[in-house]
Amino acid sequence: MTMNRQSNLYTVIYSVVLVVIVGVVLSIVYQALRPQQEENIANDTKRQILAAALIVPSENRSVAELYSTHITDSYIVNTEGERVDANIDPFSVNVSLEVKKPAAERILPVFVCDTQSGVKYIVPVYGAGLWGPIWGYVAFNSDGDTIYGAYFAHQGETPGLGAEIEKPAFSSQFQEKDIFNSEGMFQSVKVVKNGQEPTEGSYVHAISGGTITSQGVQRMLENSLEPYSAFFKKLSQGKEVEK
Amino acid sequence: MNLKKTFLPLVNPLSKENPVIVQVLGICSALAVTAKMEPALVMTISVTAVLALSNVIISLLRNTIPTSIRIIVQLVVVAALVVIVDQVLKAWNYEVSKALSVFIGLIITNCIIMGRLEAFALNNRPWQSFLDGIGNGIGYGVILVIISFFRELFGSGTLMGYQIFPQSWYEAGYMNNGMMILPPMALILAGCIIWVHRAKNKDLQE
Repeated sequence: MTMNRQSNLYTVIYSVVLVVIVGVVLSIVYQALRPQQEENIANDTKRQILAAALIVPSENRSVAELYSTHITDSYIVNTEGERVDANIDPFSVNVSLEVKKPAAERILPVFVCDTQSGVKYIVPVYGAGLWGPIWGYVAFNSDGDTIYGAYFAHQGETPGLGAEIEKPAFSSQFQEKDIFNSEGMFQSVKVVKNGQEPTEGSYVHAISGGTITSQGVQRMLENSLEPYSAFFKKLSQGKEVEK
Repeated sequence: MNLKKTFLPLVNPLSKENPVIVQVLGICSALAVTAKMEPALVMTISVTAVLALSNVIISLLRNTIPTSIRIIVQLVVVAALVVIVDQVLKAWNYEVSKALSVFIGLIITNCIIMGRLEAFALNNRPWQSFLDGIGNGIGYGVILVIISFFRELFGSGTLMGYQIFPQSWYEAGYMNNGMMILPPMALILAGCIIWVHRAKNKDLQE
């Protein structure tokens, strides 16, 4: 039987068959490649966490290997600074959803990293830049106050301007900054323009031409680090975070 | 069959019928992915693969496609191939896939692909269509590589990520040209390539 190629029936059957075939092929491809993709995404997150603690993978040491040797523990704390025994993997916490919740309801992942200069505590930060999300990880010394290192990333900030936040030239400024003032109040780290340095408190220099992204970094740090205040206080008093 | 005639679809798009500098198609992605050479090369390979495969598939189907929905059929085939390329890149070259981000998805809208399907694959045999796809993909890629070569060399001082200009130059006061990193410079470079190309091919001058 030959069908008229211009008939409606032929057109409908043709499109249905085509879409079904394409759908099947795509789902097979997706299923076959998914494990590899998930591993890549996990490795990328591990690389970012390690970057905050200033550990960079090299040719002969893979990210996964470095992660398993350096990250000795990871857990979740609440805003009281108490360790929560939830059955949640800190690694798979979606920080982008957590920062939108009221501070008291957030679950706060902490990664404990063993480095050559002592134990560091790495926490994730997440916020908004000019064009899209910005995020990062900040590593703290065991005094729960001084930043050991920071890593920032972005989705689509302007190249050469806002996108510079991912460069070490920007993130290395955060090293040795305190997030609590001398009275022990949370102050975060301000991102300020040249010539507008505050007289007290920690600050770093903003990126010229990347004002909105820089302000985004400041807001991100305030919003993401503040809920950890109680946890950092406990660290500074030398208390182990009890289970 | 005449050998020269067989390979005409492969050779023509490299210069005389180049999709970017003669037909001025696919300019949008030429601006977006040419700041560095590596994404430009991956984009070239991706576009060539999608173009060749969709050309073959459409050419095989050309006598069955209902004319009233032929554009939709072409889009479905191209979109499916692009999703496959995107998934493969995410699995095998995650870094580059991050750098290219949305531009892989935008291969669907690359005018070269729809143009070749409409103009060539619907009227020609699969083998010819395959050569046409490869030829146009390479023709597109050659321009991308030339543009990204200049943009990366003068914008970042590197090629394929390797430092070309020694540190001593920077200490002596040499600076990377920030303009090279920004998209408008790709358009200006494409214009320069068209200028040189037309000057060499008098028959293309209007």
